[in-house]
Amino acid sequence: MKSNDVILQTVTKIVTFIILTFAIYLFLAGHHEPGGGFIGGLVITSALTLLYLAFDIETVREGLPVDFKVVAAIGVFIAVATGMGSLLFDQPFLSQTFGYFNLPIFGKTELATAVLFDLGVALAVVGTGVTIILSISGDA
Amino acid sequence: MLLLYFTLLVPFLFALFVPLLYRYMPRIHTGWFVLVVPTGIFIYMINLIPIIAKGGKLLNSIPWIPTLGINYSTYIDGLTLLFGLLISGIGALVVLYSIYYMSKQREALHNFYVYLLIFMGAMLGIVFSDNIFVLYMFWELTSIASFLLIAYWYQRKQSRYGAQKSLIITVIGGLALLAGLILLSIMTNTFSIREMIEADQVIAKHPLFLPAMLLILLGAFTKSAQFPFHIWLPDAMEAPTPISAYLHSATMVKAGIYLVARFTPVFGGTIEWFWLVTGIGMITLLWGSFSAVKQNDLKAMLAFSTISQLGLIMCLLGIGSASLYVSTAILAALFHLINHSTFKGCLFMVVGIVDHETGTRDIRRLGGLMNIMPITFTLMIIGSFSMAGLPPFNGFLSKELFFTGVLEAAQLKIFHLERWGILLPILAWIASIFTFIYSMILVLKTFTGKYKPNKYEKKAHEAPLGMLISPILLASLVILFFFFPTILSNNLLQPAMKAVLPGLLEAGGVENTIEIWHGWTTEVFMTMGVALVGLLLYLSFPKWSGVYEYLPEKISFNYIYDRGLAGMEKLAAKITKTYMTGIVRDYLLYIFIFFVVVVGGSMVLLNSFTYYPASNGPISAYEVVLVLVIIAAAVLVMLTKSRLTAVIGVGVIGFVVAMFFVIFRAPDLALTQLVVETVTVALFLLCFYHLPELGRETGGAGFRAANLIVSLGVGVLVTLLALAAQSNPLAEPISTFFENSYQLAGARNIVNAILVDFRGFDTMLEILVLSIAGLGVYSLIKLPLTRRDNK
Repeated sequence: MKSNDVILQTVTKIVTFIILTFAIYLFLAGHHEPGGGFIGGLVITSALTLLYLAFDIETVREGLPVDFKVVAAIGVFIAVATGMGSLLFDQPFLSQTFGYFNLPIFGKTELATAVLFDLGVALAVVGTGVTIILSISGDA
Repeated sequence: MLLLYFTLLVPFLFALFVPLLYRYMPRIHTGWFVLVVPTGIFIYMINLIPIIAKGGKLLNSIPWIPTLGINYSTYIDGLTLLFGLLISGIGALVVLYSIYYMSKQREALHNFYVYLLIFMGAMLGIVFSDNIFVLYMFWELTSIASFLLIAYWYQRKQSRYGAQKSLIITVIGGLALLAGLILLSIMTNTFSIREMIEADQVIAKHPLFLPAMLLILLGAFTKSAQFPFHIWLPDAMEAPTPISAYLHSATMVKAGIYLVARFTPVFGGTIEWFWLVTGIGMITLLWGSFSAVKQNDLKAMLAFSTISQLGLIMCLLGIGSASLYVSTAILAALFHLINHSTFKGCLFMVVGIVDHETGTRDIRRLGGLMNIMPITFTLMIIGSFSMAGLPPFNGFLSKELFFTGVLEAAQLKIFHLERWGILLPILAWIASIFTFIYSMILVLKTFTGKYKPNKYEKKAHEAPLGMLISPILLASLVILFFFFPTILSNNLLQPAMKAVLPGLLEAGGVENTIEIWHGWTTEVFMTMGVALVGLLLYLSFPKWSGVYEYLPEKISFNYIYDRGLAGMEKLAAKITKTYMTGIVRDYLLYIFIFFVVVVGGSMVLLNSFTYYPASNGPISAYEVVLVLVIIAAAVLVMLTKSRLTAVIGVGVIGFVVAMFFVIFRAPDLALTQLVVETVTVALFLLCFYHLPELGRETGGAGFRAANLIVSLGVGVLVTLLALAAQSNPLAEPISTFFENSYQLAGARNIVNAILVDFRGFDTMLEILVLSIAGLGVYSLIKLPLTRRDNK
């Protein structure tokens, strides 16, 4: 895809950050508002896809030297590992828990182990999505 | 008791770090790190001996999948501990030996030790778990570890063949075992082996008794290489020698023995169990020792010898199952189990040394190494003479006990033994003669005779000290057990016997003791006869070795296995080729037809096409408009001549569905759907160039009609299904449970709470599947490319 995409590239530079910010918001909001790891991951994927479309794969890879297969693997690993974590506390596999803490800046905040699990989900989705997209487009 | 669980999991945990150690500590042989694991476990187990010897039992349970009743329960009694000590003890020695055997420079050590640790953990898991499903899982894991280890030098065709053979045979047995265990759990309504043993009366009267017994025996016989499933063991000798010593002689092949011993209280005492276990054991003993004599490869000889020794233990367990009458047999079985591990482990290591230092294991080339490798020679003598049943080695004691066992059995008046019983001592005696012969071949052909340097690939010399430590330790045990059998008997064998024969405990305890000398008994004369006839036959071996050539090749089990496998592959290929056309459209057709037939058929049969419009909410104008848009887009996709239009049409459908979610107030679904659509359209754009021209199918009217019928069928069926599902609430809706998500999971977003908490297990497996699918796409696209580049 070698064409002169000045407009697309310029827009992408700004929009990507907006999308990524939104993705992080979605991810963190998932506990109480619409969102979550799966959607967050998908939105990140779409942001990256936009990057790959606007620039070429090589350029993006230089700026973002990440092997997304590994990202997917890390995601699955985190998900399984958090599941294992509950075994250490004598609970069945994959038990989640939550609690309320007083943090310095945020005030009273809820922290839940489910978020860690969700992080695994998000990484797995990003890794898999980008891997698929890159493999298909890399064949061009 | 957390320490115990930790101990059992250590091999798996440590396996995670092995590749790192291998990579970042290349100077130090990885084996030194690994050695810590079995040694530590061994010491821990030793500490448990006093508790168990006093009759204590340890039972613990951690819920694993509580909803299915699967708990990781461990149960330690004498039998478990005996095996635990074997696994960790021999494991430690084997790892030590492998440090010198496996070259640091040439071998992929991290793979080797990871597989080894997985095996060790799995094997410990088998003997320690009380839950049948946990046991089964570990059972199969040992098969897989064995497969990987046999195929360790996977570049060799023979290694791959042996690995595949062992996997096929042991996994078939494993599945039979699973079926048998499930039958047992149906009968007794429990997943715990301990509770099954307590319910033996229920099982004995149940009509499923015999099928369960046969299935479990099939599992045990395949694993323990019993006739006629023994054929995988000689081929498994392609594995590195430390592995042969560990898995294929000392531990894994004894898993079947363990299973039989463990289930003796359940099945024992019946005529079927007695004759099956005894008979198969005896045939294996005889056939194994007979076949061992004709081998030219030292390791093949040891493999057949292992088969025959396993048969011997199996046979003793069978005899011992008639426990009220002969209690010697179980003692002999357990004693020989340990003895076999010591002397056979030692022999395998010695053969490994010979192979390592001379470059060959062929007895036609070996000879005259006595003066060059004096220590190895001594070790070989100790191991072989023990195997042959000569004093002063532990093999003598257990062989004597074996004879006592079969002689006692011959005098029984049950299970038709009054007619057939006399066969047992006779066959046992014949088998022992062959055992004696190949034991002599092992020693004499390798070490005596003339040393011919030109027959070796390298200059023979004595092995380094480190390589000798393990066999020396085992050989000293061989002698030690001969002089002090009581220590072993009191601390390990008696508690283990109580586990195999719980009835004995109530009947007044076990009184058998092992004595070195108990007078001029029949057993002693039998041993002398074995030595005498064996020696004569050994000396005259060239004259009668022609016997082996009369064995027809075509009726051997190997031949049947090979032909069966080839035939099965051919048949499978033929069947697969008929429906795997390589055209995606055909595959979709299969899926849709299957769906229509199965779902539609069952709905017709169950008469479940119902529709109650009354329970539906009102239909708003928005919804009507959206439905119309969807219909228009779908028709467009069908009729358009351009692929781009079709892609856009499909995209429209997706976005409209997202709008439906908005109308029905499901923001999560709407968001997801929107993003998925976006990414999908991007994907379509990417592969757009690769897709072929969208030519309308030129198939005839019949082709189009068939497609029309299938698509109409799917569409109608799905609609009816959705309507019927709405109006047929089979059970109370569970959505009220999820509405409490804020109290239960601290989350106000029900959808996400379901995803990550309530149904977290589903999500975990889903992302796993997702990643596998991603890797699948990647490898489908990338791998052929790289190969093309290489050319």
